[in-house]
Amino acid sequence: MEIILAIVIGVLYAGGLYMMKRRSIVKLVIGLALLGHAANLLIFTMGRLVRGRPPIIPTGAGQLQAPFADPLPQALILTAIVIGFGIQAFAIVLIKRAYQTVGTDDLDDMKATDGI
Amino acid sequence: MMQVNTVMNIWIVLPILIPLLTAVGAVLAWNWRRVQRVLSVIGSAALLGAGLKLLLTVWTDGILALQIGSWPAPFGITLAADLFSAIMVVLAGLLAVTVTLYSLASMDMERESFGYYPILHILLMGVCGAFLSGDIFNLYVWFEVLLIASFVLLTLGGERAQLEGAIKYVTLNLMASALFLAGVGVLYGIAGTLNMADLAVQLAKMEHPEIVTAVSMLFLIAFGIKAAVFPLFFWLPASYHTPPVAVSAIFSGLLTKVGVYALFRVFTLLFVHNIRYTHTMILIIAGFTMVTGVLGAVAQTEFRRLLSFHIVSQIGYLLMGLGLYHPAAMAAAVFFMVHVVLAKSTLFLVSGVVHWLQGTYDLKKLGGLYASAPGLALLFLIPALSLAGIPPLPGFFAKLALVGAGLQLGQYVISAVALAVSILTLFSMIKIWNEAFWKPQPLAATCASAQPVLLIIPIVLLALVILGIGFFAGPLFTLAARAAEQLSDPAGYIQAVLGGA
Repeated sequence: MEIILAIVIGVLYAGGLYMMKRRSIVKLVIGLALLGHAANLLIFTMGRLVRGRPPIIPTGAGQLQAPFADPLPQALILTAIVIGFGIQAFAIVLIKRAYQTVGTDDLDDMKATDGI
Repeated sequence: MMQVNTVMNIWIVLPILIPLLTAVGAVLAWNWRRVQRVLSVIGSAALLGAGLKLLLTVWTDGILALQIGSWPAPFGITLAADLFSAIMVVLAGLLAVTVTLYSLASMDMERESFGYYPILHILLMGVCGAFLSGDIFNLYVWFEVLLIASFVLLTLGGERAQLEGAIKYVTLNLMASALFLAGVGVLYGIAGTLNMADLAVQLAKMEHPEIVTAVSMLFLIAFGIKAAVFPLFFWLPASYHTPPVAVSAIFSGLLTKVGVYALFRVFTLLFVHNIRYTHTMILIIAGFTMVTGVLGAVAQTEFRRLLSFHIVSQIGYLLMGLGLYHPAAMAAAVFFMVHVVLAKSTLFLVSGVVHWLQGTYDLKKLGGLYASAPGLALLFLIPALSLAGIPPLPGFFAKLALVGAGLQLGQYVISAVALAVSILTLFSMIKIWNEAFWKPQPLAATCASAQPVLLIIPIVLLALVILGIGFFAGPLFTLAARAAEQLSDPAGYIQAVLGGA
């Protein structure tokens, strides 16, 4: 299972970086979203995958028996997803406004602030 | 005992709570701009006061730590303040006061009615939170808080240049956040904890330190993007000159410095196992950052873009202190940090007044300001010469200590680079002086004569602080040396957070 997830994470990173290198700002935002998902899955996988062992102390027992699923990475991911959601919402509004103001969705045409 | 601690440690929470309450108050007063302005000034002053009190408490009582919700470390959320954090919070407070005063006079009505003040204080909350967080994941969350606030401040107004600059700023900063998050995930996977003090303990016991070094590179890149180091700084000069000057000033003073702060924190507390590799890498990056930043600045003719490149160059000096990884060098870096935050923001504020007077930022079209506004010329010279390192201004002492430490440690190359960059810095400051202040104004075009008092007061305030630091460099150096001592010996920090263990 770890192997599959590792491949998925790699594909997500590769896809995200590929999309970020496109000239369209829409693809840029999609690329950023993919990078975020890859990071979230990475945290999930790094927290070790344990199936069918919820971290609940059975009645009578004093403490958890290893192995159990670590709830902390999932809490982290939940936080990161919420933050990512907010930021992507902002990014989408930003590219919409940029498209309306600049009149193009081509990153190569947005050089007004770059000249050295 | 527990009760006493809680009361004393309230000072750690205040720098986060005060901006939050100010922002909430300002949002509630959405339709009353006057109320928002008053609240904002009060909130900033309170933040400065709380920062000073925190610094005093940390100075007398040692490193403070607070477990939110009383969950014992390393399980709960930890806030911790050592001297370095406290100094940074004081700087944030000082900038909050001056930039708020400056905004009162310079911010247009539209930006004020669309939530400029609340967002400014959310930004301050994020910055202070990042300085005080004792938990690496919370550091990530505070980074996101300050990022989203900075996104809005950068784009508020929606001018074309702002939006174009914002796309670059947003893209690179989000990428840095994704890398940071991945680094946090990997760190949790190998160490099983997120509390920075506990991480330091766990990483020291690690069987395979190579993995830790690999993760440290993820953090170096993530924070490196945020701190705008070579070769990851290109978003900065593309975006920092686009928003109103008040926003540029607070960005230049605080945001990249949060990245530098995070680098200092993780590379003194967590990643100290393979110093020969990691810190040499930082030293090399520092050298290139100084050189490329100042060369970029020399080529500029736009006032604020020139200053933006200087931010990059100065980051190099700060990293040099970290890369040398010696108490004396880090003390110099902390001193340098105080000086550069103040000098840089002052210069940005001066550029705003120049724009107010002559209606442009283009150095070729500016001129004659020494004749028409001699006071402003003096206010420009103080931070400019300090940045270049002319005695008795604080920049001189900072560079002297930094280069001195470099020579002492036998790092001649980086010391020579630092000195050469200093000369180029002086050169580009003289260029601004010649173009904007000395030469006659090329076109007698727009020329407002009166300078609003509120624009000048914050600049005078900052310039006085810079002068004060220059003349009383001794006490601040003692403070910086103590801060560096705490940084280079993490045992105190670990004990303050984890307790007697």
